[in-house]
Amino acid sequence: MSDSASIIFNIDNVNKTFGGLQALSNVNLAVEEGQTRAIIGPNGAGKSTLLNVCVGRIAPDTGVVRFRGQSLTGRTPHDINQLGVARVFQTPEIFPDLSLLQNVMISAFSKRDGAFRFSPLKALKAERQLYEESMHYLEDLDIAEHAEQLAANLSRGDKRRLELAMCLVQHPRLLLLDEPTAGMSRHDTNRTIEILKKIKERGMTKIIIEHDMHVVFSLADRISVLAQGAIIAEGLPEEVRNNEKVQEAYLGGGQHD
Amino acid sequence: MLLSSRSELRTLLIFAAVVLMMPIWLLPLGAAYPDLLQKFAIFGIFVIGYNLFFGLTGYLSFGHATFLGVGSYAAVWCFKLLTVNVLPAIVFGILVSGFFAAVIGFICLRRSGIYFSILTLALAQMCYSLAYSVLTPITNGETSLQMEAHDARLLDSWIAPHVGDGLPITHLFGIPMSGYPGFYFCAVILIISFWFSIRIFNSPFGLQLRAIKSNQERMQYSGYNTRIYLFSAFLISGMYAGLAGSLMAAIDPLAGAERMQWTASGEVVLMTILGGVGTLIGPMLGVGVIKYFENIFSSYNHDALLESFSFLPQPLAEALTFVVSPFVGEGWHLTLGILFMLVVIFLPGGIMEGVDRIRARFSRHKQPQQTEQTT
Repeated sequence: MSDSASIIFNIDNVNKTFGGLQALSNVNLAVEEGQTRAIIGPNGAGKSTLLNVCVGRIAPDTGVVRFRGQSLTGRTPHDINQLGVARVFQTPEIFPDLSLLQNVMISAFSKRDGAFRFSPLKALKAERQLYEESMHYLEDLDIAEHAEQLAANLSRGDKRRLELAMCLVQHPRLLLLDEPTAGMSRHDTNRTIEILKKIKERGMTKIIIEHDMHVVFSLADRISVLAQGAIIAEGLPEEVRNNEKVQEAYLGGGQHD
Repeated sequence: MLLSSRSELRTLLIFAAVVLMMPIWLLPLGAAYPDLLQKFAIFGIFVIGYNLFFGLTGYLSFGHATFLGVGSYAAVWCFKLLTVNVLPAIVFGILVSGFFAAVIGFICLRRSGIYFSILTLALAQMCYSLAYSVLTPITNGETSLQMEAHDARLLDSWIAPHVGDGLPITHLFGIPMSGYPGFYFCAVILIISFWFSIRIFNSPFGLQLRAIKSNQERMQYSGYNTRIYLFSAFLISGMYAGLAGSLMAAIDPLAGAERMQWTASGEVVLMTILGGVGTLIGPMLGVGVIKYFENIFSSYNHDALLESFSFLPQPLAEALTFVVSPFVGEGWHLTLGILFMLVVIFLPGGIMEGVDRIRARFSRHKQPQQTEQTT
């Protein structure tokens, strides 16, 4: 790990219990700017809980989550997003009753105008620049041909891409991805990997939770392994691949990828 | 998706023409008399505002009649204290109901879904009870608030003291606000209200409200403070209701608590759903149907029915009258109830869904021609 100046996101001693279940115990994580960090672990290891703590959906019992030195604890989800953290959910969270283009434009508006802007007399169609930009991201993700369709009619894989476009149009500093390729065909998965590699070139920091080891080893700079709520290993992909504790956790959990 | 401003203008012009010519085209339907026309226009404004909130955000408010009532009371007080010119009364009515909407919205929007609806209903019933009994000095309770000869009317008495014993009549710079002038005044305000609603529908703000209806959580994770959006929409629709309420008072300077009762709140929900939630025109069609039923169907009685069936042999006419009579006159609610059920079951999107389906059927007939042109 290099000096702390380039650390953009860190989790310090986070604990979270649900009832009697220790979902997260003493989790520490530090992600450098521009890095792609994968978090892997068997089912029920606490990966999604960790991500929920990151975006303010769940408050940790103890510990702090910091983004660019600012604590995220107690902040509302919209506040955290306005700081530059965007998230792709495990089940696609989109606006099913709006067109794809409108879905992406909504995201773009909040990046430009902030958490609230009262603009009842402005015509939507006058927003040329935003329109172009949103179309650009739809093209980037190969769904521009459906731009005027309702998002509800998309396949599950396309919904994920739409959600990714909605996040990317905001140029977030940190992108959190919760199983971005789950339910996708092999072809679509590879396409998504390509897109995510392309963003990496732009220097966006990413945290990916993923089951598919093909995706993890194609994208990750560093991997953290979570098992039973604790980080049991962290390192470069090759190190983690050969780590005994990791193999045990995966085989012991009955999970093999 | 993106309406050009030209088509916006066209919609507005057609709407204005239809509204202003209501006294002509409603003649064959027997509905072209000022009282009913005024009701069409005023409830049109009320329902446009209601639809801006319920239709766009999906939050079902059961308390909008409160703002209608508050608007009426505020307007009548303006008549009593300042002047019988309707313009200040309308402004005052909008402001006071806006204040009420701000307070009630602030409280109720802490919850969503059914809890929001129940909160609005509870607060509205509270306001009704206050108006009906507790605040009698302000609202005159059961007897309704009305103008009296000894009212101050400061502005009027300063400009030109009222002479004579009778009550002064409400006016707009000398034009009395009853009969057809009253209708045209309401119609112009309805058209302006409709214009504002088109603009909201086609603005980023309107899109953001619809996105809240579609997936509020995503909105929050996309960086939006959704509560302020909901609050703004609630405030606007409350002010629309206040505008409608003050117009009611302008036409007939009387404000009673029954205007604030929960049945009145329910009526606006019914109108919106019947016409088509979230559509521009739909809710106003709902107003048309319900107010028409309320005023025309209810006026049919046994004898009137017998007369209209008089071209049939007498036994048949009597039999028909026997069958139909429970559905008219006092029983008009029965007809409305059946119609409402039919619409909700077969056209969940309201009357507008029916219109869209018919339009789609026609354009399907046209489609082969279009493809020929393009290929």
